Amino acid sequence: MTSIDVREADGGVVLAPSGRLTVVTAPTLRATVAERIAAGDRLIIVDLSVTEFVDSSGLGALVSCLKSARQSGGDLRLVAPTEQVAMVLRMTNLDRILQPRPSVDDALRG
Amino acid sequence: MTMQVNRRDLRQLSRGTPVRRVAVIRIVVVLAASAGLNYVIWRWAASVNWESWWIAVPLVLAETYSLIDSLLFGLGAWRIRERGDPPAPPAAHSADAVTVDVFITTFNEPVDLVMRTAQAALAIDYPHTTWILDDGDRLEVRDAAEALGIGVITRSTDWADRPRHAKAGNLNNALLTTAGEFVLVLDADQVPHPNILDRTLGYFKDPRMALVQTPQWFENVPASDPLGSQAPLFYGPIQQSKDGWNAAFFCGSNAVLRREALMQLGISRYVVDVERSVHRAIRTSRRLLARAREDAQGDRRVKLALRQAGEIVERARVELERGDGISDVTYRFQRGIDAIAVDRAGADIAMMRDDLRELAALSTDADEFSGIDDAALALLTARDTSPVAAIEAISMLASALDVDRGEEAQAIMPMATISVTEDMATSMRLHGLGWRSAYHGEILASGLAPEDLETMIGQRLRWAQGTMQVFFRENPMLQRRLSVGQRLMYFGTMWSYFSGFPALVYVTAPVLCLAFGVIPVTAYSLDFFARFIPFLLLNQLLFWVVAAGRPTWRGAQYSLALFPVWIESVTSAFKNVFLGQPLGFRVTSKTRLDGGRPRWDLVRPQLIVMAALVVALIVVGIRILVGQAEGIAPYVNIVWVIYDLAVFSIIIRAVLYRGPAATTKEKS
Repeated sequence: MTSIDVREADGGVVLAPSGRLTVVTAPTLRATVAERIAAGDRLIIVDLSVTEFVDSSGLGALVSCLKSARQSGGDLRLVAPTEQVAMVLRMTNLDRILQPRPSVDDALRG
Repeated sequence: MTMQVNRRDLRQLSRGTPVRRVAVIRIVVVLAASAGLNYVIWRWAASVNWESWWIAVPLVLAETYSLIDSLLFGLGAWRIRERGDPPAPPAAHSADAVTVDVFITTFNEPVDLVMRTAQAALAIDYPHTTWILDDGDRLEVRDAAEALGIGVITRSTDWADRPRHAKAGNLNNALLTTAGEFVLVLDADQVPHPNILDRTLGYFKDPRMALVQTPQWFENVPASDPLGSQAPLFYGPIQQSKDGWNAAFFCGSNAVLRREALMQLGISRYVVDVERSVHRAIRTSRRLLARAREDAQGDRRVKLALRQAGEIVERARVELERGDGISDVTYRFQRGIDAIAVDRAGADIAMMRDDLRELAALSTDADEFSGIDDAALALLTARDTSPVAAIEAISMLASALDVDRGEEAQAIMPMATISVTEDMATSMRLHGLGWRSAYHGEILASGLAPEDLETMIGQRLRWAQGTMQVFFRENPMLQRRLSVGQRLMYFGTMWSYFSGFPALVYVTAPVLCLAFGVIPVTAYSLDFFARFIPFLLLNQLLFWVVAAGRPTWRGAQYSLALFPVWIESVTSAFKNVFLGQPLGFRVTSKTRLDGGRPRWDLVRPQLIVMAALVVALIVVGIRILVGQAEGIAPYVNIVWVIYDLAVFSIIIRAVLYRGPAATTKEKS
């Protein structure tokens, strides 16, 4: 199961889903992002360094969160994916759109 | 999760048609292909009557079309794969068990018909969750479903004012609100048998298997099948042939799909579409902005905003070439556009502020106008109301240079939306991603076919139009990620829908010959028969061997007799894809219109053809009697015309058909 660690950062919020981000757990991520946007956060940073596995539904959730962040005038950025996650991003070419940053600081900088 | 696979499963996954049957088929394929090539090459090289080229050339072209059709059929049959018993499903109620959603798609079908299917879906043995995807959002459906404890899925609010994409949209909407690892898709009229999942899930022990298609079979069709509803050849050797090349395709219902494959497809298509949109926007931006500058004429502020926009686009182009992530490039782009908005609004507000100051000087209460500034600024900088949005060129760029696919309800669209038949396009793309498919030729659902000619014609037209849309939009021959065999298998299906044009030639040529003595072939001689007869017979033999006892005559009749439908499908899909004209598409109604008179008007072109054929027979009779028709040509054409009439006779039966109830009554 995934638990999502939420921490405030300077200028944004960092969400770190741990474990498996799949069709089963993706709704939790979507709901958390929706909550943060409603609460006024604009820059959503998804820290993937503790995410062991992501499936295509998990990627789909990231895209739909990107869409909500953008539509509220904000942005969503990925950070430090683990090897499996990086591979899935490459395989679907999603990394051409969402290019992960090495660290949360890089993501905050823009 | 990967499923447990044992040796028996592996054996069953790799099983195909017995070697002896394959050997027989291959021998006949080689013979039929040789005979066909021998005939058609001779036709081109030595027997076109160039004096009557205007009919001789269309005829030899039509014959070439038929040869290619036959070669594609033979190529498929070469690797025919009759799978037999499926591998066992992953054990239910165990650690291996998989989760399955059953989707029943409906739009306007009668509620009892939907609920009959829903009840049968509930009774499917393998553990699953049943959903009704009601695109009509009907209260009666919701109530009836609730009574059975079945979930109803309707479109989310995101779909309001956006393209709905018919059934593909309905499925895409449901895919994002459910979570089963596998999805069984059923049309509203397709009543599943309880073992449908037990007989199909085992194929997914192959971890690259994305799709298992089973036959569509109709229970309301008499044995004589006057409307040609059953497709024993298609839901048999044709899909099995495609299966041999890993190209068995999705037919919209009675199929199980792997969610992971669909979602992966959705993600890859999202990336492709966003990249395409962004690159196109950048490519066309220069021209777009230049034209807007011309239109702006004297307005210096608009010109300034356009110049700034041009600089921002240029920066985005450089960043893209450098390989920056599209999300970042577009984010900075959007911020840049917003900055212009604020600048311009700022200028407007400066002017307004001057006005306000003057007003305030006239007013006694200095605070009266304070606060207007902020409200005005907020209003002016909000994207839609800002003066920058009013510059059309800039707002067009802003919506194209984004990653949210704002013009669509969902960013992720697993089911293809390029065609009114989403099924074939979707499976072609899945094959392009390297997924596999299987055709399991066992009837596992009983459906309802159209019961009158009008509905039947509407349905065939829609299928053909959908196939042609895919042909024009994503031609399989150009898909680099498909193997050559897969390309040819998809192409073969599309090729068969062009048959309306050769059909027209096949009925015109003999009429011209009999009635006017126009002869398109120079030599109706031994040369002709020695080449033509083997081609004809070997082709029939190939059909007969491959069909293995399934009835094929009805299908052969309709592929010629519905020629106006096939022609319309090609022309309307062409106009739709290249000229943006609507298809005139309608949802097939599955209920019969009772008490209607026979609809001769639906088949006027066919009736004209039949009349012409009969008149031609009469005329040639007279010509023979008065000694005007010489040689063997008239006799060859008389046989040909009689064959055509036999084919077209099905149209009369179809018009007079009163539905299955009437047929049963006649028999009793």
